[in-house]
Amino acid sequence: MGRYVARRLLQMIPVFIGSTLLVFLMMYALPGDPVRALAGEQHVDATQIAQIKADLGLDQPIWQQYLNYLGNLFQGDLGNQIGTQRPVAEVIADAYPITIRLAIFAFVFTVVAGISLGIVAGLKADSIRDRGLLGLTLVLISMPSFVLGFLVQYFFAFQLGIAKPNVSLDPTNGELIMPAIVLASLSLAYVARLTRTSVAENLRADYMRTAVAKGLPRRRVIGVHLMRNSLIPVVTFLGTDIGALMGGAIVTEGIFNIKGVGQLVFEALAKREGATVVGVVTLLVIVYLVCSLLVDLLYAVLDPRIRYA
Amino acid sequence: MRGAKSAKWVAGAAVIALAATACGGGDSGSDKKNTSGQPAGYVSIDVGEPQKPLMPADTNESNGSYVIQSLFTQLLDFDDKGEIVLTNAESVETEDSKTWTVKLKAGWKFHNGEAVTAQSYIDAWNWYANVENKQQNAFWFSDIKGYADVHPEKGAPKSDKMSGLKAVDDTTFTIELTDKVPYFNYKLGYATFAPLPKVFYDDPKAFGQKPIGNGPYTFEKWTHKKLIQVKAWPEYQGPNKAANKGIQFKNYSTVEAAYSDVISGNLDMIRQVGPRDLPKYKADLGDGAIDQPYAAIQTLTPAFYSKTFKDIDPKVLQGLSMAIDRETITKTVLNGTRIPATSFTPPQVKGNQTLDSDVLKFNPAKAKELIKAGGGVPENKFSIQYNADGGHKEWVTAVCESIRNATGVDCVGDAKPDFPTDLEARDNNEVKGFYRGGWVADYPVNVNFLKELYHSKAESNNGRFSDKEIDDLMAKGDKADSLEASVAAYQEVEKKLVDKMPAIPLWYYAINGGHGKNVDNVKVDFHGDLELTGVTTK
Repeated sequence: MGRYVARRLLQMIPVFIGSTLLVFLMMYALPGDPVRALAGEQHVDATQIAQIKADLGLDQPIWQQYLNYLGNLFQGDLGNQIGTQRPVAEVIADAYPITIRLAIFAFVFTVVAGISLGIVAGLKADSIRDRGLLGLTLVLISMPSFVLGFLVQYFFAFQLGIAKPNVSLDPTNGELIMPAIVLASLSLAYVARLTRTSVAENLRADYMRTAVAKGLPRRRVIGVHLMRNSLIPVVTFLGTDIGALMGGAIVTEGIFNIKGVGQLVFEALAKREGATVVGVVTLLVIVYLVCSLLVDLLYAVLDPRIRYA
Repeated sequence: MRGAKSAKWVAGAAVIALAATACGGGDSGSDKKNTSGQPAGYVSIDVGEPQKPLMPADTNESNGSYVIQSLFTQLLDFDDKGEIVLTNAESVETEDSKTWTVKLKAGWKFHNGEAVTAQSYIDAWNWYANVENKQQNAFWFSDIKGYADVHPEKGAPKSDKMSGLKAVDDTTFTIELTDKVPYFNYKLGYATFAPLPKVFYDDPKAFGQKPIGNGPYTFEKWTHKKLIQVKAWPEYQGPNKAANKGIQFKNYSTVEAAYSDVISGNLDMIRQVGPRDLPKYKADLGDGAIDQPYAAIQTLTPAFYSKTFKDIDPKVLQGLSMAIDRETITKTVLNGTRIPATSFTPPQVKGNQTLDSDVLKFNPAKAKELIKAGGGVPENKFSIQYNADGGHKEWVTAVCESIRNATGVDCVGDAKPDFPTDLEARDNNEVKGFYRGGWVADYPVNVNFLKELYHSKAESNNGRFSDKEIDDLMAKGDKADSLEASVAAYQEVEKKLVDKMPAIPLWYYAINGGHGKNVDNVKVDFHGDLELTGVTTK
């Protein structure tokens, strides 16, 4: 087990370098000069642009820029933004906490609501409540999150007046619930469906019949025997979902005016702030890597037949 | 029937689920009603994060300008009609349009107590213009004698002082220009000409995060990407003294989010209502709705180096112009947010005139005739370049449709994903046909719209229009001894432009913003910014 974890951690290094390189190259390949773009329609003289670029090291060949970036990264320096001249680390540190909170809220909601809805439906497949769940999740899957976001905002903020349309500058936990639910709705639907199918299928498995025949109490049959096996696909999905929740919240963050990572990446892309994009993506890559490691380790817990030497 | 029944059930379930899940969010959200953390007497507006640190000569986008203008006051400003209002200056005079004498009002101070003197201006301008300080707006000082010494085209500056700036005494200084510029005093109204206190030079970088100015407000705090707060300064002596206690500039990720906060009372003013809310904002805001034109114009500018428009006969461009149904497009596609153009300059600037020509009127028959007379559009097809992130797609499509229907010339949109890409194509002479041009007045004189865009050496002339006759006419206007003569000369230029068609004027801009019930006296200045000093709270 220890060796397995160590090996996995070592594998992260090439993945990490490869992904930052890719993002770096992609940013470089995009047309549009960030320094020039600062001036908008107005003119700036070329010497001035060249000077600013030289100061930032943007005039060097791409491989040199990448090596510089990696070198600085190992010293904990993510570079500076071109426009605001603020350190990227600071910019990211401003945006991350709120996104993490939002992601945790959304994740907890996905897990709790998704799995329980899935179990409720799966235990009685083809019943009315099962069909109801399938219908509801279909609506959630097919509804784009900006539609759902505006709907929720419209109902709860403007019609009922029980919530504020946007979160405030330093949001309380209560304010985050509405956006978290909107953000979670899609994965909630997938989790519910996955759980439902898995539960319905495993109900007919041999070990279930054995457990019932042994006379075990129903709670134990479902809670341990059924759940353990049914959760494997769900856990896989949830693992990758954390990364998606952290990075893919652009729309939700926009609707509720949350100054998180989603907005940050979006703005940075539009302004060609390469260092910011690479910085955020690097962090997201780490989140993904750690999550998938955790998922793999969880497999062993859920199903002892899966062992890592 | 079965299907219908279960569909109903599903819809019902969805509503119940939404209601059930969102209740928890409401409880804690509703206890603090209104204006989240806004101090009493302050007004809030949706101004986002400035692109750069707050330095007067390094800011030319609107977010930063709003903050700069609240913290700094330059020599003079303009009223909503575009007339000069002296602020920090007692007088700005010239006899020959070449040497200008500025007298400052006595007793003005920076927020840290330092006196505003002639030297504060001279030092600041020298610093701004210096190429080593890499200020975006450095070229604004290029009229001043000695600019080439501090800002050479190549290499290091020869001096750190412009020879044209001389202090006479503490409150008087003279500005000598390289050539006559009859409208130079109008340029002085641009925020870039603000003075700087001595502490600036110790650490410009730190200053940019925490500026000290001489304006109606003092800097309070800047929570990056969220909020900038400034406080009214009781010692301010200018005519635009703050009528409120302070301003919060709040950052919103979308105009829709800002709008919903105005409706719910968490934000006082919004600068621009988004397309989603435009159809209903007047009903929502009532008296608070703002719908006012300002000095800005949108054009279709041909790239005169492109295959399509190289050596084009201006008649063809006139024809294309007449094939655009401006009335209908502004009314329908643009929701009445633009006003059809009747000349190359917007009505708010000095010297605007109604051109004696029907080139800007919709007339399909004549359009066809003119295009034919001019030899037609090469390959009977052209493109309009625009940036897809700026909401231009709709009207570009409509303009194309209008031209296609009227003349049979094929027209396609050439979308660039975002503004940086669009600009790069313009800078590198890669525009294939027209590009979407836009210009907001820097100072309210027609020169700003004609010389900066259509002089063959003008830096913002991205269509590379070049015409000796026009250049000569402009030179005549620049040599004039008075502003009136200069404006009149440029009116002649404008009349001539109809025959040359360096661009097709489309429409003037209007601001469609609004304010909530907590504030009053919200006015719009000539370049479309909301005037914050006059806003009062209820």
